[in-house]
Amino acid sequence: MSEQASMKPMYIVWIWLLIITVVEVLLAYFHVPVTIMLISLMGMSIVKAAMIVAWFMHLKFERVTLVLTLVPATVMCIILLNIVWPDSFRLGLLGG
Amino acid sequence: MAVAQSQSSGLARFWGGGIHPYGISHKKLGMWLFLASDSLTFAALIFGYAYLRNASHDWPRPFEFYPSIVVSTAMTFCLLTSSLTMVLAVHHSQHGDARKVVRWLVATMVGGLAFLILHANEWRELIQHGMTTRSNPWGDPMFGATFFTMTGLHMFHVLTGVLYLGYVALNHSRGKTEADSVEVCGLYWHFVDLVWMFIFPLVYLMSVSLGSATH
Repeated sequence: MSEQASMKPMYIVWIWLLIITVVEVLLAYFHVPVTIMLISLMGMSIVKAAMIVAWFMHLKFERVTLVLTLVPATVMCIILLNIVWPDSFRLGLLGG
Repeated sequence: MAVAQSQSSGLARFWGGGIHPYGISHKKLGMWLFLASDSLTFAALIFGYAYLRNASHDWPRPFEFYPSIVVSTAMTFCLLTSSLTMVLAVHHSQHGDARKVVRWLVATMVGGLAFLILHANEWRELIQHGMTTRSNPWGDPMFGATFFTMTGLHMFHVLTGVLYLGYVALNHSRGKTEADSVEVCGLYWHFVDLVWMFIFPLVYLMSVSLGSATH
């Protein structure tokens, strides 16, 4: 495979990352409820992060054992951080 | 002994990697484990920011389109492009082209330095407007504390990354490092880019100035 051909997916990923960033900036100026804005922006950020990890950090090309060691544990720990929300809403009801 | 070896080779076939189940160097595995733990540090800060914002009734929206959003978008462009130049450095390191490796590592450092200069200038402007870790002119005083902590820790990572890149570039130009070192350094740099992909929308885009609206 030529040098240009082997790097082509990386250029495509870079262009997609830039396109998604522009979409995010445009979305910030739409007058939509904050919840929808948050879900949309974080959804796009997760897609961008996955692209960076998979292609730029080459995790897509590593053994499945490495992916299974790193990703589920990290994602699970981050999901568990959602435990803070009930207290956050409680503070909000008290008047911030 | 023979039984142990037989069992070991059976296990090796199951995992497909023998004594190296991940098929990567210890240095690279160490960097991946560090990045997994560091992602939790940033995740905790991001959740802390979101916790306080959700509980607040007057969270500031201080970021005007110009200069804040334009500059922070340019900063995002700098980091994304520096990630691409880092990929090119890793690519050439695997092909043994030391001159191109150093050239792309320096290009990556330039992207990182541009990010740092733009970000430091933005901090200076916010401080001039009266924003501190305890107060700000726009609303909830916790905004300053969370903003400076989160972006400050990220800036520290970018600065560390630039120094790390310089160290690897210098050693590579002297023929003291292998391709693996460039790749491990690249993992760190891409992670710094990845974290910004969450800070940028959450802190900046969710706080663009839309007239007098808050929250």
